[in-house]
Amino acid sequence: MTMPRTPKPSRLAGMNGRAALIAATIGVAAAALPLVLSNYQVGLATEVLIFGILAMSIDILAGFAGRTSLGHGAIFGVSTYVVVYATAHAGVPPAAAFAAGVLAATLVAAIFGLLAVRTSGVYFLLLTLALGMIVWGICLRWTQVTGGENGMRGDVRPALLLTNTAFYWAVLAGAAVVTFAMWRFVRSPFGLTLRGIRDSESRMRSLGYNVPLHLFIGFTVSAFFAGVAGAMYAMFNNFVSPSTVALAQSVEGVLMMIAGGVGTLFGAFVGAAAIIALENVVSAYTERWQMVLGITFILIMIFAPEGIIGKLRAILTRKVR
Amino acid sequence: MDRRQFLKSTTAALTIAGVGVAPWRSAQAQAGPIKIGLLAPLTGVVASGGKEMVEGVQFYLDQVKSEMAGRKVELVIEDDASNPDTALQKARRLVEQGNCHMLIGNLLANTGLAVANYVKGTGTPYFIPIIAADDLTQRRRIKNVIRVAGYSASEFTHPLGDWALKQGYKKIATISQDYTFGHEQCGGLAQVFTEGGGEIVQQFWHPLNTADFSPYLGQLADLKIDAIFAMETGADATRFIQQYASFGLKAKTPLLAAMNGTDQSVIRTLGEECEGIISPAHFAEGSDNPVTQKFAKEYEAKYGKIPSLYGFSMYSGVMWIDAALKKMGGKVEDREAFIDTVLKTELDGSPLGKAVKLDAYGNPIYDVYIRKVAKRADGKFWNVPVTTYPNVSQFWKYDPETYLKQPSYSRTFQGIKKG
Repeated sequence: MTMPRTPKPSRLAGMNGRAALIAATIGVAAAALPLVLSNYQVGLATEVLIFGILAMSIDILAGFAGRTSLGHGAIFGVSTYVVVYATAHAGVPPAAAFAAGVLAATLVAAIFGLLAVRTSGVYFLLLTLALGMIVWGICLRWTQVTGGENGMRGDVRPALLLTNTAFYWAVLAGAAVVTFAMWRFVRSPFGLTLRGIRDSESRMRSLGYNVPLHLFIGFTVSAFFAGVAGAMYAMFNNFVSPSTVALAQSVEGVLMMIAGGVGTLFGAFVGAAAIIALENVVSAYTERWQMVLGITFILIMIFAPEGIIGKLRAILTRKVR
Repeated sequence: MDRRQFLKSTTAALTIAGVGVAPWRSAQAQAGPIKIGLLAPLTGVVASGGKEMVEGVQFYLDQVKSEMAGRKVELVIEDDASNPDTALQKARRLVEQGNCHMLIGNLLANTGLAVANYVKGTGTPYFIPIIAADDLTQRRRIKNVIRVAGYSASEFTHPLGDWALKQGYKKIATISQDYTFGHEQCGGLAQVFTEGGGEIVQQFWHPLNTADFSPYLGQLADLKIDAIFAMETGADATRFIQQYASFGLKAKTPLLAAMNGTDQSVIRTLGEECEGIISPAHFAEGSDNPVTQKFAKEYEAKYGKIPSLYGFSMYSGVMWIDAALKKMGGKVEDREAFIDTVLKTELDGSPLGKAVKLDAYGNPIYDVYIRKVAKRADGKFWNVPVTTYPNVSQFWKYDPETYLKQPSYSRTFQGIKKG
């Protein structure tokens, strides 16, 4: 998990020995999880992976380009809607539906991106929020297609992945690929440019970089990954309703990212696991679990504003010295 | 690493908790308790209704001392947060982790539809006394989803359409919340009313949580109509009834409402402005039937309020399950037999004071009251029956097969007969 920030030149698929070892260990441990977890907990672990991907896709923008999006829940949901619609109503095979969902999310995001890259800071936040609300409004009111408030249901998950464990492994494999892709993306020269834009837009512009174009591509790529998560979510739930594209979904993604640590990328999984576990463990004891969640966030913000992973990283580096 | 650690320690903690409970469990009767998973919105937009749902279930379980067919009953309550994704998550937990024998509950149609789709795969019996979405017992029926003590959305507005014709109403305008529950209730009325020669002059659809109804009320005031039909739930219903009265429409045009519009959960907080509103339903808390009166009185004594649809439906739903379990000696583990027995069980002890049975599609057949909101001696308002339509099924007077060939009611299809 604690990948070095500026690694040495690539050896194994861009990873140095230690990073590759850590990645492999985590991969094996994650793959072995269904052997120790109950069926229901495997379901939860699957959800952690899916929301981890969503939170990571938000982190690409927030952590590396300095732009926090409140529209990624909607982009995620567009993919979910398209996948459910394509399999349940249009009879498209699951794999093609998956691709269609991701494509739809990317296209919607490209339109969002064109509008959003002109802004930064709180304006970016508000613009993505507004764009997300448009998607939500369409899903709610376009009853003939989206089923309105009631949403759509259908047997989306392919027969091969019907059991919780099989589906978990499939999602894990997908998550591994997607995580690696995102990791490479943020460390590529392109990703470095995004970081440059985050630190000083004017300097990058005077150095001759096309800032809006970089942001646009960054936004679209990030949305592509959110779309992948959304398509997985469609197969996880076999159901979609406007709450999947609602603002709360975007906010949850952002909170997961913040809890894990902005700019840490892998913190997203930790944040997702922490929030989903809290939701499920605490809600068994009290219906006021949202209050507990709120207090937890306040504590994280006070004692570890850099997030769980960020804090651990800071402690580790201190020890080494 | 931390995620693994976290999950592992959580698992360990849960396992320890499970082991701790196990000996205690096996010490109980060999058969073990009957586990009922109750899903109710305890937080979110419809939380007040959700709390009454829980009350209804607990009220019944208290009366039978948490015992059904000689077996202990263990009730596990989960909050669906008025959100379908959460509902789905909680349903999974109740079935996969809680090993519940059955699920009951949910309030909002979207939460019910999400859970129904899930239990289609697991085969868990799922009872929906509140979820009214027509198609769950019509075009997209799932056998293990049974609407005990519930009703399908258009079931009661069909007879209301007929009643409106008998009042000599020729022209009606409808106003409704713009979602499936509203489309279906309006459709039921519109189809019967227009087929009998009436005319639906105009239909207004407004978003949920409309604060200001004056644009709609202004237009309604200008129409030449004999009555208004309003399909409103929760806070929208409260606001609509208040604004309808303060606009002066109350003195001019009679108001017909969907049953949820004059449910206790709404009129409890209202005054004179709700008096005289007509609505159709299977349950009328102001009925002079002695069984209904006894139930209403006891419920009021215990919870300090006249029972609403939510309390009544959940109470009767659990009673229905109890009746079925008694018939089969409490063998809840045999799912197939359990579902079949529930479908065949005729419930005669419910607060309705008369026997109720299910049709071939798992939806109850009721004597439907046309009710009027009246003032009780102590100044509180409640629904009193005006007239009764006996034996009304979800298909009204239509042949089920022909009826199912028409599309489900939606904003674009209201069953309105042309000409």
